[in-house]
Amino acid sequence: MKVRRSPFVLVMLVVGFAFLYLPILSMIVYSFNASRLVTVWDAAHSPTIIWYRELFANDQVLEAARLSLQIAAVSATGAVILGALAAFALVRYRRFRGRSLFGLLTTAPMVLPEVITGLSLLLLFVALGQWTGWPQARGASTITIAHVTFCLAYAVVVIQARLMTVDRSLEEAAMDLGARPWKVFVVITLPLILPAIASAWVLSFILSWDDIVITSFVSGPGSTTLPQLVFSKVRLGVSPDINALATILVGLVSVCVATAGGVMMRTERRRLHDAQTAMGAH
Amino acid sequence: MNLNQDGATAPAGIPYVRIDRVTKRFGTFDAVRQVSLDIAKGEIFCLLGGSGCGKTTLLRMLAGFEEPTEGSIFIDGVDVTRVPPYERPVNMMFQSYALFPHMTVAQNVAFGLRQDGINKSVADERVREMLAMVQLEGYGPRKPHQLSGGQRQRVALARALVKRPKLLLLDEPLGALDKKLRERTQFELVNLQEQLGVTFVIVTHDQEEAMTLATRIGVMRSGEILQVGSPTDIYEFPNSRYVADFIGSVNLFDGKLVVDEPDHCRIHCEGLGAEVYVAHGVSSAPDATVTVALRPEKIRLGREQPSQPENVVRGIIAGIAYLGDSTRFLVQLSNGTQLQVTRSNIDRHDEHLEYDEVVWASWEANSPVVVSR
Repeated sequence: MKVRRSPFVLVMLVVGFAFLYLPILSMIVYSFNASRLVTVWDAAHSPTIIWYRELFANDQVLEAARLSLQIAAVSATGAVILGALAAFALVRYRRFRGRSLFGLLTTAPMVLPEVITGLSLLLLFVALGQWTGWPQARGASTITIAHVTFCLAYAVVVIQARLMTVDRSLEEAAMDLGARPWKVFVVITLPLILPAIASAWVLSFILSWDDIVITSFVSGPGSTTLPQLVFSKVRLGVSPDINALATILVGLVSVCVATAGGVMMRTERRRLHDAQTAMGAH
Repeated sequence: MNLNQDGATAPAGIPYVRIDRVTKRFGTFDAVRQVSLDIAKGEIFCLLGGSGCGKTTLLRMLAGFEEPTEGSIFIDGVDVTRVPPYERPVNMMFQSYALFPHMTVAQNVAFGLRQDGINKSVADERVREMLAMVQLEGYGPRKPHQLSGGQRQRVALARALVKRPKLLLLDEPLGALDKKLRERTQFELVNLQEQLGVTFVIVTHDQEEAMTLATRIGVMRSGEILQVGSPTDIYEFPNSRYVADFIGSVNLFDGKLVVDEPDHCRIHCEGLGAEVYVAHGVSSAPDATVTVALRPEKIRLGREQPSQPENVVRGIIAGIAYLGDSTRFLVQLSNGTQLQVTRSNIDRHDEHLEYDEVVWASWEANSPVVVSR
């Protein structure tokens, strides 16, 4: 059956995508602009990659990027480990005292205003520093701890959703066959929720990577993350190397999304193929 | 082939599995109440009952997934009441099969052996043996989702049997299979049980499955065991209205006991509009209210009035259902009561009964069973 598409649908599609992606596209184009003035296109010398070269020569940017990567990786890992344990407790132990309170408290940071989270963490770290001597100054470690707290909420939600679909009897079967509870978790539960663990990790990584509000509260001198650097640069006036930096980030994200999408599509296709083979083998 | 190998033999001597006054309470609800049960070695014992009767809870207590609130469980003389599932000599085949989706068939079957730290080459050999036994040679490298329902069922069985458990628990083992496959699998299951000599405890809601598989059946209802006996006992001599009604079809008539002698009794049944003569006494209080259970296949139908003086009623045919091997009639009596009668179609040119025909229904004095409530 042939469906006649009205031109209106096509127009709306173009308008929708333009609304979403035109700003990013213009930013990418202007990153190759030779002019120091961001809004003026220097047709004589463009395109050029001088801003990219400048960026990679800038130690400040590279150091901020390295710090952001490190914080994002560590806090994503921490959030996923704690999140998996919390999700396991919430899904598998249905009857413990304070279960609903526990569930509420683990996910609350998601809806809590970031300013509040940031401020309360700052107060905690200051008080802790006075009482125990740690942390003496705020820096990478306090940022990481702060990021774990709010990434944890997202990790719990993602892992919990997957864990609920894992048949409880699989774990019981493993236990019935002689595996102790911890072993059951490692060899049965963990492999089955691995896709959720991976997506929770990526989600946490991205959340941590681009967080600025909470980071501003708990960072100290000498620990400037990439978003903080961009923010402070822009405050002094938009310079073209920011465009170049943003373009690199967009490129990285696109590659990641495309790879993940490709992998997912391949597994799906293989699953379909296997299912068909099973039908044939009947 | 007779699936019920040793008939009604109750376990003699020390029972292999002993369930001693076990109660399981969830909050204020008794899922299992004061159940005691002895199961002999090599038996196929079926726990039969509707949903929510506590049969699965009882099975889960045998497996160790639930701990009894009261009472104790012994397997081969050892008190296992508080032993966790991973230390019990018991394996279970789950209703959903619970095959590990991220492992191959061979890895699934080998899982239990690996937990015991059995040498890999020995384990491989036993997995191969087991797969051969369930007719799945060469399926080792496949993943569970590449198998059909019947193949999955056999993998689950192989996995549960490979550790040579003292007791195998099966939760609705044939529930997910279609009818033809179920019939074939029933025989395979019994054959396998005979070869290995493992004691089976099966949970099912399907009375036909219980009848064909079990050496003994325990009928459960709201957490209690109503009757334990061989399939024949349960079918021919149900001890309660519920059991009679649950197993097969039955005509039930409430009545009042008029005569009660050791060798016979008479029950006046309002619904039947007649007295039923039963060739056994019930030794109950006079004028007691009892129920007469009469199986549809034990009733004869005919156009001519039978010569026997008792146990005859007259009615008209109100319904005919031709089932191929048998025909089921609904006979409406003058007072409105309907009687179910089954006639097997032995002769193709049998007396052909039509709708609205007047017929006589009769039965032998030893056919009805008097049950209490």
